[in-house]
Amino acid sequence: MTAVEEKPARARLVSGPGMLLVWLYGVMVVGAVSRSVYQIATEFDRAPLAYSLSAVAGVVYGFITYSLVRGGETARRLALVCCAAELAGVLAVGTWTLVDPSAFPDATVWSKYGMGYVFIPVLLPLTAMYWLRKARKQRPGTV
Amino acid sequence: MLDVLTLVTGVAALLLAAWCGWAAYRDQPTKDWHFIGMAVVSMLALVQLVIGIVALARGERPGQGTTIFVAYLLGAFACVPAAGLMSLAERTRWGSATVAAGGVVLAVLEVRLYDIWGG
Repeated sequence: MTAVEEKPARARLVSGPGMLLVWLYGVMVVGAVSRSVYQIATEFDRAPLAYSLSAVAGVVYGFITYSLVRGGETARRLALVCCAAELAGVLAVGTWTLVDPSAFPDATVWSKYGMGYVFIPVLLPLTAMYWLRKARKQRPGTV
Repeated sequence: MLDVLTLVTGVAALLLAAWCGWAAYRDQPTKDWHFIGMAVVSMLALVQLVIGIVALARGERPGQGTTIFVAYLLGAFACVPAAGLMSLAERTRWGSATVAAGGVVLAVLEVRLYDIWGG
């Protein structure tokens, strides 16, 4: 028992709604990474900007997923920052694709605020940030 | 053949999503019956994977490329089992919600598969 107490357990982020979030983020990781890997490998010259942005989106999703699964205060904060960056990315790229479509011969994951992904890219960071802020208040260490 | 299977799998995935969504709404975790439902949907996706590969082996070609087609077939097959495992780890309504989301994702994948095969 003492061995367990010496090493304080990381605050679990993957419980309750967190599980659903991890699932959705996992789906987005697979979607964004596999899509960008395929497109960069086969037709990068057609829309280099769009495919690079998809790859960046995939990396950000991957990091958030890992942080959620790992848990703990540091991971929670980093995930929060990444979610904010993700939201900023979705909004910026989404606006960019609407204002200047000619820069994007092909779609990115974040085109038109993620319309091709049922707007999950714009809804997910909002939900995740809400969940991560709530998780701080429920930390077991404060009980 | 493949189109019919795509339709059936997509509809089954939506039914699974509705069923597990109902369980989540009623604040229930996934139960044995739900896992049987997941097994049925996963079997459909597996049959689809096999038939898709057989079609490729017989020289038929999907409209939008073989690599994308195989990737989506694999994704469709892995989708529901992965969500099911997560619902085993999360024995609350949120496990059911995860499987429901998995069903919706699979239905979307089936729509994409239909497009990819048809071109």
